Amino acid sequence: MDLFEHQAKELFGSYGVPVPSGRVVVTAEQAHEAAAAIGGRVVVKAQVKAGGRGKAGGVKVAADADEAAARAGDILGMTIKDLVVHKVLIEPASDIREEYYISFLLDRSNRSFLAMCSVEGGMEIEELAVERPEALAKIAINPLEGVDAAKGREIAVAGRLPEAVLDQAGEVIAQLWDAFVKGDATLVEVNPLILNGAGEIVAVDGKVTLDDNASYRHPEFAEFADPTADDPLEQKAKERHLNYVKLTGEVGIIGNGAGLVMSTLDVVSYAGEEFGGVKPANFLDIGGGASAEVMAAGLDIVLSDPAVKSVFVNIFGGITACDAVANGIVQALQLLADQGEVVDKPLVVRLDGNNADEGRAILDAAGNPLIQRVDTMDGAARLAAELAAKGN
Amino acid sequence: MAIWLTAQSRILVQNMTGREGSKHTRRMLAAGSTVVAGVNPGKGGQEFEGLPLFNTVGEAMAATGADVSVVFVPPAGVKGAVTDAIDAGIPLCVVITEGVPVHDTTEFWAYASSKGNATRIIGPNCPGIASPGASNAGIIPADITPAGRIGLVSKSGTLTYQMMYELRDFGFSTCVGIGGDPVIGTTHIDALQAFQDDPDTDAIVMIGEIGGDAEERAAAYIEAHITKPVVGYVAGFTAPEGKTMGHAGAIVSGSSGTAEAKQAALEKAGVRVGRTPSATAALMAEVMRGL
Repeated sequence: MDLFEHQAKELFGSYGVPVPSGRVVVTAEQAHEAAAAIGGRVVVKAQVKAGGRGKAGGVKVAADADEAAARAGDILGMTIKDLVVHKVLIEPASDIREEYYISFLLDRSNRSFLAMCSVEGGMEIEELAVERPEALAKIAINPLEGVDAAKGREIAVAGRLPEAVLDQAGEVIAQLWDAFVKGDATLVEVNPLILNGAGEIVAVDGKVTLDDNASYRHPEFAEFADPTADDPLEQKAKERHLNYVKLTGEVGIIGNGAGLVMSTLDVVSYAGEEFGGVKPANFLDIGGGASAEVMAAGLDIVLSDPAVKSVFVNIFGGITACDAVANGIVQALQLLADQGEVVDKPLVVRLDGNNADEGRAILDAAGNPLIQRVDTMDGAARLAAELAAKGN
Repeated sequence: MAIWLTAQSRILVQNMTGREGSKHTRRMLAAGSTVVAGVNPGKGGQEFEGLPLFNTVGEAMAATGADVSVVFVPPAGVKGAVTDAIDAGIPLCVVITEGVPVHDTTEFWAYASSKGNATRIIGPNCPGIASPGASNAGIIPADITPAGRIGLVSKSGTLTYQMMYELRDFGFSTCVGIGGDPVIGTTHIDALQAFQDDPDTDAIVMIGEIGGDAEERAAAYIEAHITKPVVGYVAGFTAPEGKTMGHAGAIVSGSSGTAEAKQAALEKAGVRVGRTPSATAALMAEVMRGL
């Protein structure tokens, strides 16, 4: 889960990292009020989970409350990288003397953590990494040792921060490490980390990605969630603990196992090329278990998507045998009918693996005219794509 | 013969008495695996399915000669359980649990490294390892395929089963599910190296998916070190950028981690890459018939 800038800074603040004290508002009137309360020059910042907000016109300095209200009015509702701005952050404008860069991130390749630091903050770090890689220090962190103020100072030295700020920066870097570890983040990035006119180091921007797997030990993750960002179907699926991602096509997809479902998306897309370019409408992994209840919940979500013209249920029976899955599909359709749902979209079902023959016999015996059985993944994908094209 | 798991392997199950642990202990026993002990802190001295339970991995190893651990501990307890296994120096620790925080995995991996990697860790969030006809440590169904001479390493559980099923006429030496998390213990490269060295493996199937650069690194390794034929498959060609596809590690960020890049790297290394799982199985069948 990615955080908004204001959430990232709240997180930083709770670990002692100096951040400007700002307010989040959703209307121009509130922006006026916030700017008046802060007093003096303020900065109005679009809160969207995307980079390049400044270039897109989503960050403006305002001399007073009236101007802040006007700028907030401009920014609220604008679209930055396909994301609509629903809220802005009002902060006292910083007296920026120098801009640095610091981040902690997961280093997948080395199965460890990495710090990146540079005296050349402010610009897009991807550009810096390409254009002047020598200006971006990368420091491996031993997860067992972590980062204290002394290690933080080493990182600042590697990033070529000036001598005068090293001690102060070292402390802030150690506090950011605390936020990274104790907050269960996979990314903590500050760009820029500034030196202000008062000689203080302040995090004036923040980007944080949290590890969803750690939510069980972080009740605060729930407060960070942003329901407005989710597609309504994704929201509904989340409530039912389904692993669902909305996509843009017409073929509803249900399968067991993340890899198999990803593969199914590919195979359906390839097949769709023959039928006017129909594509998968979603990713839905109902897991190894594939019980009737989960199958019903999954079918309900997929069938309620108006974009869906056909559904491909792709199951490889492993631990859960195909006969159990077939019963699940039949019961799920019955369950939906009993709930008064109109189920009129064709279902292509492929069952293979453990007890496949028994499972196929159950589907045949059910005699549901909506269900068409195809025994290979490639063949089933082709039929599902063809049916979706016909339904268009 | 096989890699890492053989008919001589003696398996203990961490959290044997839990819901998943008990279910899969029975399945492993039914598959003929030599399961010798359970580890459930606080239940030492008790029994489960006629097997002795111990408080620690070290005690279980001392009493039963166990040399493989399979971890079915819930996410919050995984770091502690794997640390116990590392402290005991068990040669192989297979972590099935899904949903382990990546900081915990990174820490226990660093801990294992600090102990010289005496304990091989597979997973977390993986189906385990099976050497058909010999032993089964984890949740891979035991009856999909007989023993044979293909080695399989995969990030994905169900695709592993599918590939085993499609190539069951040839059979497998060992199938390793390494898991789809961003940080995992055993990698594609580790398995490729072991299959290369295994006299009973003739050819290797490698299944990858979007996210990270493990497949690209494996491709470089294959080019330099693997002389046995390798056939590959990569899932996620049509996955959109920035959306996590089920596995915590399966996300394309920016230009890195795409299926295209992985396929290109593998093909450059001489790996034949199938467009679909079935096409991949067909490529491997061709390889096996040609040997």
